Amino acid sequence: MSRSNDELKGYRGLSRSKLTEWGIRVWSDVQVLNDAGSMFEGVVLPRSETLDDLHIVIKMRNGYNIGIHVDRVRSIKEVGYKEAVYKIPEKDFPRSPELPNVTLLGTGGTIASRLDYRTGAVIPAFTPGELYGAVPELADICNLQTKKLFGVFSENMASREYIILAKTIGDEIATGVDGIVIGHGTDTMGHTAAILNFMVQNSPVPIVVVGSQRSSDRPSSDAALNLIHAVRAAAFGNIAEVQICMFGPTSDRYGLLHRGTRCRKMHSSYRSAFRTIGDIPLCIVNRDSFTYLTEDYLPRDSQRQVVTDPLYDDRATILYYYPGMSPDLVDALVEKGYRGIVIAGTGLGHVNKPLYPALERAIKLGVHVVMTVQTLWGYAQMYVYDTGRDLLDIGVVPLDNMLPETALMKLCWVLGHTDEHDEVLRLMRHPVNHEITEREPHNGYLILQGGLPETEEFTKSHWK
Amino acid sequence: MKNHVQQSIDYAEVGLIAGLEVHQQLLTDHKMFCRCPAGLYTTEHDGELLRHMRPTLSELGEYDGTALMEFKTKKNIIYLLHKSNVCTYEMDDTPPFLMNQKALDVAVEQCLMLGCDIVDEVHVARKQYLDGSIPTGFQRTAIVGVNGRLPFRDRELSITQVSVEEDSCREVSDKGHLIVWRTDRLGMPLIETVTGPDLRTPDEVVEAILLIGRVCRSTGHVRVGLGASRQDVNVSVRGGRRVEIKGVPQAWWARGLVHGEAIRQVNLLRLREELHQRGFKRPEDLVISHSDVTDLFAASALPFLSPGNWERFVRQEHRRPGFELGQGPFCVRAVKLTGLAGTLSWPTQPEYTFAHELAGRVRVIAGLDQQPILLHTEKWPDYADSHRELRKIKQRLRCGPRDVAVIIWGPMQDTLAAADEIRLRFQDAMDGVPLETRQPFLDGSTDFERILPGPDRMYPDTDSPPIRMTRERVNRLQTTLPPPPWVREERYSAVGIPQSTIHFLIRRNGAALVDYVVEECKAGLRDTCFFFGERLKGLRRSGIQLDAISKARWCEFFHAIADRPVLQEAWREILSWMLDAPDRTVNQLVEENGLLEDTSGWDCLVTEIVESCHPNRDDGSPERRFRFYMGRVMPKLRGRVPAREVGAVLRLKLERSK
Repeated sequence: MSRSNDELKGYRGLSRSKLTEWGIRVWSDVQVLNDAGSMFEGVVLPRSETLDDLHIVIKMRNGYNIGIHVDRVRSIKEVGYKEAVYKIPEKDFPRSPELPNVTLLGTGGTIASRLDYRTGAVIPAFTPGELYGAVPELADICNLQTKKLFGVFSENMASREYIILAKTIGDEIATGVDGIVIGHGTDTMGHTAAILNFMVQNSPVPIVVVGSQRSSDRPSSDAALNLIHAVRAAAFGNIAEVQICMFGPTSDRYGLLHRGTRCRKMHSSYRSAFRTIGDIPLCIVNRDSFTYLTEDYLPRDSQRQVVTDPLYDDRATILYYYPGMSPDLVDALVEKGYRGIVIAGTGLGHVNKPLYPALERAIKLGVHVVMTVQTLWGYAQMYVYDTGRDLLDIGVVPLDNMLPETALMKLCWVLGHTDEHDEVLRLMRHPVNHEITEREPHNGYLILQGGLPETEEFTKSHWK
Repeated sequence: MKNHVQQSIDYAEVGLIAGLEVHQQLLTDHKMFCRCPAGLYTTEHDGELLRHMRPTLSELGEYDGTALMEFKTKKNIIYLLHKSNVCTYEMDDTPPFLMNQKALDVAVEQCLMLGCDIVDEVHVARKQYLDGSIPTGFQRTAIVGVNGRLPFRDRELSITQVSVEEDSCREVSDKGHLIVWRTDRLGMPLIETVTGPDLRTPDEVVEAILLIGRVCRSTGHVRVGLGASRQDVNVSVRGGRRVEIKGVPQAWWARGLVHGEAIRQVNLLRLREELHQRGFKRPEDLVISHSDVTDLFAASALPFLSPGNWERFVRQEHRRPGFELGQGPFCVRAVKLTGLAGTLSWPTQPEYTFAHELAGRVRVIAGLDQQPILLHTEKWPDYADSHRELRKIKQRLRCGPRDVAVIIWGPMQDTLAAADEIRLRFQDAMDGVPLETRQPFLDGSTDFERILPGPDRMYPDTDSPPIRMTRERVNRLQTTLPPPPWVREERYSAVGIPQSTIHFLIRRNGAALVDYVVEECKAGLRDTCFFFGERLKGLRRSGIQLDAISKARWCEFFHAIADRPVLQEAWREILSWMLDAPDRTVNQLVEENGLLEDTSGWDCLVTEIVESCHPNRDDGSPERRFRFYMGRVMPKLRGRVPAREVGAVLRLKLERSK
């Protein structure tokens, strides 16, 4: 009973009591004989808490892991103790006065990561020294310093984290850095890039959000190249906005810089998951060049004074409309005190008629109801059909081509400033940084349809 | 220098030890970790990917040596894709789906047949390969069974482990810094059977490969054909180290390969002794320097070494900067090996010297692959100006009589990497036999492929949950398990079937059919073995698709024969009818083709034919005449009247008509 939790990490129930009985700890180097006379030699590993309580996991001498059923153990003997010290070789990050200074802010995600035995998943870990050990190329680009703000998966990012992040960015800019990189999990990277566009305005330097679709514990990971691209964009790029830097194609070729308010993760696992929606990306970033695709961005200007405005009220939500949606949902949101509702409507911004009274009631109670489109591409143009006109009459306000997630982030930010209905709606309709654009270029919507001869011709001759 | 070549050795005396890793593709509909079809190979592609690999830390926080070596090679990796056989999983753009349970079942069957203990909980691991053969940079693999044994000669061959894993890509080309892989085979389920280091001679290795092959085939659930099974042979001699000869395509290759490796290790151990005697014991004892000597060869008569010839090579081979071509301007580099004279011509494998060991490293790690890879002053080629150029080199490097130099050429950065590799290979030589994976060739020789990976390249697959192997599942598989090959061998040889026929039946999955037919149709074991093992061989060779005949139809065939033994004489005809009309039963076919017709008066037919036709060349030989008439009569009576009876009547008539 004297064993601490750590010594039997992840084991519970039967396996835990057996290990205790045998006097075996996690990291014990053991010889196990089972009831079939097989001998297993290796190190007892921690066990994932989500697994059953019947097996102990051993890393055998040849590197393989296996689980041994505790009931089949005839004898077990500790012959040593070998705790794994997982550490990326740490080397002092070289500094050079000629190179720009970049700060990497860590929020979590898999840019740099190690194994977590408790969950069997990977957890983030980095210092400049570790990063230099893993991606030595970084030292040729800049003088890097890192700040670990939190170690969370991106789905756990929320108002508290956004506010800390925005404030830290402001502080870092004040120290005179030449660029900022934010390591982030990819799932909600779009949300973070959007909110930071509102919370940190008028930046003198690039603020680049980066992650990886394959964790950095894999040889084929996109983490290192993404990091190299992002650090280059922060150190030398000319776009002083909050932008996302991720793989262009899935091949190891170049990264794209996307405007934070217009970017979305469009595939659950592809390396090339991030796309600018309704517009084109800002820039192609290579190991040795930048190709700017537009001139419409805020250029780097060290004299510019940053404005940080880290306010956030999370009493807003997205209502993803579906046919037959019940008005109860709207009533329930109002009842629970939600102050803002972003509808992701069908087509040009529609919901069905039975919802009207509920929306009307909500708006009368001062709830701000705005309309985006679940098609993601295209505008909410509610004056085209009767349905839309009715909604306009009720007071649902169209947000043109603002992405639903961006709209939510913006609404939370706006609610942090005011709950005054007209002012909220005015601010929502007034773009801070291209979250609404007046024109959609014809190459702003390109989903090549596979199978068509012209697409096949293209995909055959271009690296994906 | 004395000639140290040693071509024949006593394996027991040098302490030869060998073990096997036999890879066998499984017969499943789908791949291991995704739902792509298995076994669908293509020669074309409709998409390409470009990737690179970086080493990562092992679970215990170490870098794997091989991984670091492979990172040094700085390979650009291109994958060729075809929609028919790969999805985004093979591209490493989608995490694995849950493991193919059919494949796992077959692996368990294999384990049971090998007498293995099935592991209670199967954990999927990632085994790092940075050569690009798998786009993730690792192979997903899991141990299913351990601690097996099988009868071998008059003893037992131990089975260390059986694992189930995904197959890798097929190499298309490897030029300089660009390697191209085809992804069709990637992800196919296979099992790897690892034996203990129990084999003592090349012949035993060949025999063990064949034996394990028969065990695999006996499950009836494995793929056959080219590339469906490959083996790695691990070899060492006393004082040497484990060297893995990778991907031996056919068992008989192993004989020469194991022999050659044994000799290589013996010779490398002698080289170690020689180096130690010369005072080279620690890395710092080596004095190896290198310098740029491009100017010396600007006008060389050799077809390489001059910048002009290099440019021509680059053009002819379409080597592109940033892809195949390494970095930096063309450079000829001379590596001076102080006090190491004689080591480059030191024999290693039969027909090869230590210089070949250096060339292997230079080719693989530095990416310098223009033949002959390197030159050295101990065996300088003969050409117009050869003596003068050799003298110039020695002068430039100030080579004394005990020194020697190696020349390498190519892009500057690669020559630097090559010079370093040469130093490292000598460092290894002071230590004897380096742990290596070597590529086999038909002539029995091998060449360097990579440093042998260690346990540090293993990492748990965080994408796949462990799988509990319940006793119920194992028992279910045990009850339907076909007999292992040695049980069949004993049974078949008891009725007088020769070993070669038995092995043929087991290898070609014929034994399962034999047992089925014997069981279901009460056919005789000996006749059935003979039928499937010998008679059908000829048909199969002439390309007849016997596999198209189902078990049930074979049963009809044997039932028909049991009812009317005379039908057996018309087996060729019946088989061809069966193949032509797959929807007709054997009985229908026999009837439709007139084999059931009344045969009374058949002897009149014999008389008729004897009277109506005559041999063209009648030399009076009674046997020849007999055969002539049998050939005329039997096509009309085969399967209806026994040939024996027809023959007897015919002989009588021929005698009478004399």
